Amino acid sequence: MATVAPEIHEAGPPAEPETDVVGLSPRQLFWARFKQDKAAVAGLVIIIVLIVLALAAPLIAKLVGHGPNDLFQREMTDSFGVPKGPNADFWFGADQAGRDVFVRAIYGARTSLIVGLVATGIAVFFGTIVGILAGYFGGKIDTAISRTIDVVLSMPILLFAIGIVAACGTTGCLNGLIEPGLTLVIFVIALFSWPYIARIVRGNTLSIREKEFIEASRSLGAGNTRIMFREVLPNLVAPIVVYSTLLIPTNILFEAALSFLGLGVPQRTPSWGGMLSDATQYFRFAWWLMFFPGIFLILTTLSFNLLGDGLRDALDPRSNR
Amino acid sequence: MGRYVIRRLLWTVLVVLVVTLLTFVVFYVMPPGNPSVRFAGKQPTPELIAQVEKQLGLDRSLPEQYAHFLRRLFLGDGTECPLVYRPLCSIESVENFVVLDTGGCATGVSGCGWPGLGMSFDSRTAVRQELIERTPRTLSLIFGAAVIWLVVGVSIGVISALKRRTIWDRLAMGFALFGISAPVFWLGLVALWIFTVKLPFSDSLGTGYVEFGNDPVGWFTHLILPWTVLALLYAAFYARMTRGNLIDTMGEDYIRTARAKGLPERRVIFKHGLRASLTPIVTMFGLDVALLVGGAVITETVFNIQGLGNYAVQSAVSADLPAMTGVVVIVAFAVAFMNLVVDIVYAYLDPRVRYS
Repeated sequence: MATVAPEIHEAGPPAEPETDVVGLSPRQLFWARFKQDKAAVAGLVIIIVLIVLALAAPLIAKLVGHGPNDLFQREMTDSFGVPKGPNADFWFGADQAGRDVFVRAIYGARTSLIVGLVATGIAVFFGTIVGILAGYFGGKIDTAISRTIDVVLSMPILLFAIGIVAACGTTGCLNGLIEPGLTLVIFVIALFSWPYIARIVRGNTLSIREKEFIEASRSLGAGNTRIMFREVLPNLVAPIVVYSTLLIPTNILFEAALSFLGLGVPQRTPSWGGMLSDATQYFRFAWWLMFFPGIFLILTTLSFNLLGDGLRDALDPRSNR
Repeated sequence: MGRYVIRRLLWTVLVVLVVTLLTFVVFYVMPPGNPSVRFAGKQPTPELIAQVEKQLGLDRSLPEQYAHFLRRLFLGDGTECPLVYRPLCSIESVENFVVLDTGGCATGVSGCGWPGLGMSFDSRTAVRQELIERTPRTLSLIFGAAVIWLVVGVSIGVISALKRRTIWDRLAMGFALFGISAPVFWLGLVALWIFTVKLPFSDSLGTGYVEFGNDPVGWFTHLILPWTVLALLYAAFYARMTRGNLIDTMGEDYIRTARAKGLPERRVIFKHGLRASLTPIVTMFGLDVALLVGGAVITETVFNIQGLGNYAVQSAVSADLPAMTGVVVIVAFAVAFMNLVVDIVYAYLDPRVRYS
């Protein structure tokens, strides 16, 4: 807190030291604190750049002149089928099929971000509802939900994910509700990541429901639904934002791992995990195949982790880490 | 304490039952299509498919199949073993268009017993046998990695917490952040590239697995890279967690009391502070080790260690349901077992657990 004070002081007009102290809204306080954290700001900037790159992927492909699945075998692989490295036309080199690694890496950002954001979004939605129900009602509901969370978290998640993807990967599952491909991967990741959010939301709800303003609201005649979603939920925004931000990189790595094992997004869809999987056979003489997708992947997860840590520090001034 | 142990045991049994049920649903009920078709040869006739279904037990209702699955799992498949395997020998011959009932087939079958895990659809051998062969490889991998990550992670966490906001803390936490962000398969590839392509270690540091009994040195040198790569992620998590817990603990009143009564700082940190902040780590450690029994999939794949996780992936790709199920069940047992161990260690570390 002490480090924030001069910053706020400088922001005020220096010519009039006599003015009344203007209170800062929680949002302004948060922003003032967040700005101090250079690493978190850097993470945010990188994420924005990645999102822009992902959105502009078709445009970039057009500018470069290579589509993500265009084959340049004649130009970029030698007579033994060994791919050629980075040059002026192919900035990141080509893979064994003669595809442009640069363009595929940019398209890979799309896959990673879509899966990471959508799967986390679904997990947060369900995790929040389930967590509030458990924490607010307590008793048998809480026991049932908490035990379910315990069981899910003690399951070999990756094995189940592999099993489900393999089982549903050809024709879909549950009467066509889950289709193979991206939908399936997102479904599987969301299925195994909601408990993390639910557990945190439950814990926070437990302490919030004992506060006076909840009692006040109840004495004014508010029903359970209203209290849960109008009184409790707004107070959960900070932890939910922090832990969803930290869940995104985990889920991005989950997708990359599935694709690396050949059980993620379809082979043609560029994905960093899939590109690294291709690299396993060629990395000994084609370092660029593993280097660039790996750098993109680690930069993405690192940025989300930095942002999440920064958000936590800025939203929770009590923690003195 | 007695009631507590009984409650824990009952809960453990329940968890194993639930996980087996989920396994059964995910691997036997959810996949569309009939696995028997694959066994009925290249030109399956309906009669042949029905025959195979009967032999694999797939003609029975789902609850019956599950009950059978459970009975075999908990009581072993010793008695039914020859009955199950012999008919399948003849079916294998059907694929080559020679219908023969080779009665002697069953004598060569090994690997029946407890726990009964059935027979692999692919190799048509007992899943149990395959798992017994692969388990030492996976356990070797986990054991070494666990030692590294526990030592490295906790030490880094302690140093970081005690030297908070110094350059050492920053460096340590930077390393930890990198560790939790880096994908294991990428680290594995990079490690292989650096040590076997760029540096002249390609002969000594290889991939694959060498039996400890045959060549202890080879066992070590072949595992040192996988150990380090697998340990890095966990070391990073443990460092962050140790640091956070220790900082919280060192702010407690009883630490002030310990200092006030004149204990040396070293004793305050290690006897009073660290002990209390290690309990959540013990919980995490137990679960992490247990889940790795089937979950070191990626490390095993990158470094070509034919362990359990690797088997699970191969089985998943070829829809070999009993093999896949076998691995998952073993992991469920491992989780249940490690949870019990953790509870015992907990009671030792935290006296409050013993007295409540």
